[in-house]
This record gives sequence, C-alpha cells and structure tokens, in this order.
Amino acid sequence: MTFGQLLGIDFVQQALIAGAVLGLVAGVIGPLVVTRKMAFAVHGTSELAFTGGAAALLLGVSVGYGSLIGSVVAALLLGLLSQRDSDRDSVVGSILAFGLGLGILFVALYKGRTTNKFGLLTGQIIGVDTTNLWLLVGSSVGVLAVLAFIYRPLHFASVDPDVAVARGVPVKTLTIVFAVLVGVATALSVQIVGALLVLALMITPAAAACRVTASPLRATVLSVVFAEVAVLGGILLSLQPGLPVSAFVTAISFVIYLVCRAIGVRQRRST
Amino acid sequence: MTRSAVALRGARLSYGDRVLWDGLDLEIEPGEFIAVLGPNGSGKTSLMRVLLGLQPLSAGTVEIAGGNRRRIGYIPQQRAVDHSLTLRGRDLVGFGLDGHEWGTGLRGRGVRRRKVDEALAAVGATSYADAPIGLLSGGEQQRLRVAQALVGDPEVLLCDEPLLSLDLAHQRSVSDLIDARRRTADTAVLFVTHEINPVLPLVDRVLYLVEGRFRIGKPSEVMTSETLSELYRTNVEVVKVRDQILVVGACEEGQSHHLAGEDA
Repeated sequence: MTFGQLLGIDFVQQALIAGAVLGLVAGVIGPLVVTRKMAFAVHGTSELAFTGGAAALLLGVSVGYGSLIGSVVAALLLGLLSQRDSDRDSVVGSILAFGLGLGILFVALYKGRTTNKFGLLTGQIIGVDTTNLWLLVGSSVGVLAVLAFIYRPLHFASVDPDVAVARGVPVKTLTIVFAVLVGVATALSVQIVGALLVLALMITPAAAACRVTASPLRATVLSVVFAEVAVLGGILLSLQPGLPVSAFVTAISFVIYLVCRAIGVRQRRST
Repeated sequence: MTRSAVALRGARLSYGDRVLWDGLDLEIEPGEFIAVLGPNGSGKTSLMRVLLGLQPLSAGTVEIAGGNRRRIGYIPQQRAVDHSLTLRGRDLVGFGLDGHEWGTGLRGRGVRRRKVDEALAAVGATSYADAPIGLLSGGEQQRLRVAQALVGDPEVLLCDEPLLSLDLAHQRSVSDLIDARRRTADTAVLFVTHEINPVLPLVDRVLYLVEGRFRIGKPSEVMTSETLSELYRTNVEVVKVRDQILVVGACEEGQSHHLAGEDA
C-alpha cells in the first residue's frame, strides 16, 4: 500500500485524531509534571493503567475504561499517600511494583490474542476504535476544562508552595486533583504509546521545552508543539514499515530533547 | 478612630498540654513596624500561622486586615531555588496578584502586566525580571519576594525571617523597601526575626517571646538586661555597642545570632 492509501484507512485517521488530542493534553500537563518532579509518579500511574487494562481484557470489557479506572485509582492512591515530597518516591515504587505484578497475572490468565496483551505495554494504533476515540476526546476536553479553571492556583502551588499556602491556596486538595488529571491523561496516552512509554509523551516534550525558556507560558506552548510533532510524526512514520508507534514517538521526542538541551546550554553560556 | 490592622485579644495557642503563649493582647496600628523576637520553638512561626489563618487559636480572638485575607502580604525567608525551574521574576510577582484566583484570567491581562511591571520597578528588579529565577542571587530573589507581597496592595505585611541568609547590604536594601512601603501606604508590618539589629532603627515595638512568657513594648523598654533576664529566667545582659544591641547570656541554641559578629 502507498502512503496515501494508508492515510485513507479509517483506523489510521482515528489514530491521528487521537494522537493530536493526546499531544495537546500531554503537552499542556507536561510542564506542570516536570515542575512538580512527578516523572516517576507518571510512570507508576501508567503501570497501573496497564493493570486496569489487563483486568478489562480478562473480564472482556473495554480496555479504554479499564486503563482509565486503573490509573485514576493509582493517581488517587499516590495523591493521598504521598502528600509529603519525601514519601513520594517510595510510595510510587511500592504501588508500581504491586500493580505491575497484578497486571502480569491478569495477562497470564487471559486466553485471547497476544497482540492485545503486548499492545497494552507498547501501544497500538489499531486499539483506537470509534468508542475509544469518543472516550478519549471526551476525557481530554474534561481534563483541559478542569485544568483551565485551576491553572493559576495549581501553578502557584507547584512552584511556590509556602507562599501559596499563606495566600490561602488549597495546596493539598490541588495535589490530589492534579494527580487525578495526570491519571486520566496517562490512561489516554497508554492507548497510543503503551504503558511503558507514556513518559515519552508526558515528560520528554515538556522537559525539552523547559530547557529553552524560563517563561511558563512559552514552555507550555513549546511542549504542546513538541508533543504533537512526536506523536503525529511517530504515527505517520510507523505506518509504512508496520512497526510499533511508540518506538518512533520516543525517538522523535528524544531527538527534540537533545536539541533543546544543546540550545539551553548555549543560551546559558551567552547570558 | 481608625481600626487596628491586627488585633489579638486574649490569644492562647496550645498543642495538648504545651502552651506556646496565653493571654496575648496585641494591637498593631496601620503603618506600625513590630519585630517578633525569641528563641527557636517560642511560637513565632505559630503566631505567623495564626495570623495567616492557617492555625486556629486555642482561645481568644484574632482580627487581621479587616477580615480580608487577600489584603495580607507575606514574605518568606529566602530558600534555594532549583536552577532549572521554569519561572521568571515577573511570574513570581504575578502570583502575588492573582495566583490564588480560579479561572483562566485571560481578561485584564493588560492591567495585570502594568501592575506587575510597577511592582518590579518599585523594588528595582526590572532589569532581571525576565531571567530564570534560579539563576538570581538570594538578595535579588528577596527583592522579588517583596514585590510579590506588595503587588496585592496589602494592609498588613507578614515577614517570616526575610533577611535570613542575606549579606549585610541586601539585608539593608530589603528592609528599606519594607520600611518605605509602610511609610507611603500605611501598611502595618509584623517582622519575625532572630536578629534585631538590621531592623532596629525601623522598629516601633518589639514582641519578645520566651517559653510562653512574652513582653511587648518599645525596643528601649524590652531590650534591657532586666526585662530579658525576667523573660529568660536567667541572668541576661544587654549591651549597646555603637548602634548594635548585643544580648549576652541567653546563649542557648538559636540565641547566639543576637551577637553582631554573625552579621559580618
């Protein structure tokens, strides 16, 4: 099949729409995740999305809902158990390990197609059917709407918690709300890039953006652009060779990250 | 008669059996500069938390800024900031204006920018307002903290050790900025500090807390050998050397910094 014919296929178009929506959500959330040093928490949450997805496979219900429930539960647990920064690493580590073990048990018990199992971990664009697409778009709109409403206090609480508390910002509540938003965004990303590689979408573009600018607004815009380039580019490049999307997404976002690091070093030297 | 900026009446704060202070009556007039002194664990930080509305009193009442907590400015002590933090000085100052507000705040961005610019200019931080905050010196960061606290047009300014870890020149410039504000805008200042000397010329009254005992009065009344010996229940000597006050004999942990030698 030619490239043009590939683009005409329904599931490819759905995957591209899903990817564009995801790039937007992950790009907007990413700088906050980086600022709050939550990369490991995101990874933990995505492993629990895998557990939820595996449970859904086993029960014969939609994987999209399974991973959504899995990662929101994980996010709530992490948000509630790790209010103190010093606790967070060990809490994430413990929950992640247990969740992953449980997921492997579910996968082992599942008798269906093996590509479904593998897809949960490494992503597959065929996984995005029409139902999942609506779930994805709906959840994304929800995440962005909540984020728009809480953005200023959340940003304040993320970079300047002591003064935010003094000014009456509900810092603890925001921590939990943000964890849930991250959970939803993670569950959505799992469908495209798989549980193992959510970081490539949620962390790498934002980390790259934060290297080249100190302006939070500019960092967010760049992070969205980088995430879109990575996810859409990754999907397009994966079509012809028929290889997993996640490999290309991670490769593109890592190249962007390296370039931004180099630019960042030059900027700092010149100032 | 104008109302007080801060009014504590019969205030008591205790954790279980441990009473930090009791029967505390303190009225702060607009434009007044009060220094809160005392050793570690004497309840200075807790007093700050009470005034910020983060800690309820065990007994008594507290009124501050006419009940409008948005009219309280807060300056924390300088802390090390991550070098790679994605934040500029103007963003930090902007938090002081509307960081607590819900919604997008897309309307009124022009007014916001003007207010932030004015606040930056007032503390002389315009030249580094767009630099990454992690690359600024401690003194520059504290100037931004002052702008952050003042941009919301506060009626009361609560300062929690804002000069700690600054060198003498920056201690002077930051305390001068705070002093200028209370003179021009009649903002009441409550200044928690270990070290009275950098702000001694500015202080109207001192609240000195020691193990549940306290004394309120002019520096010349409180900072005497007699009063401090009574508070510490041990023989404390207060010596004046040029413009500096030295407290000798209360040298338990957290007290030694009364020695001017630490300034240098």
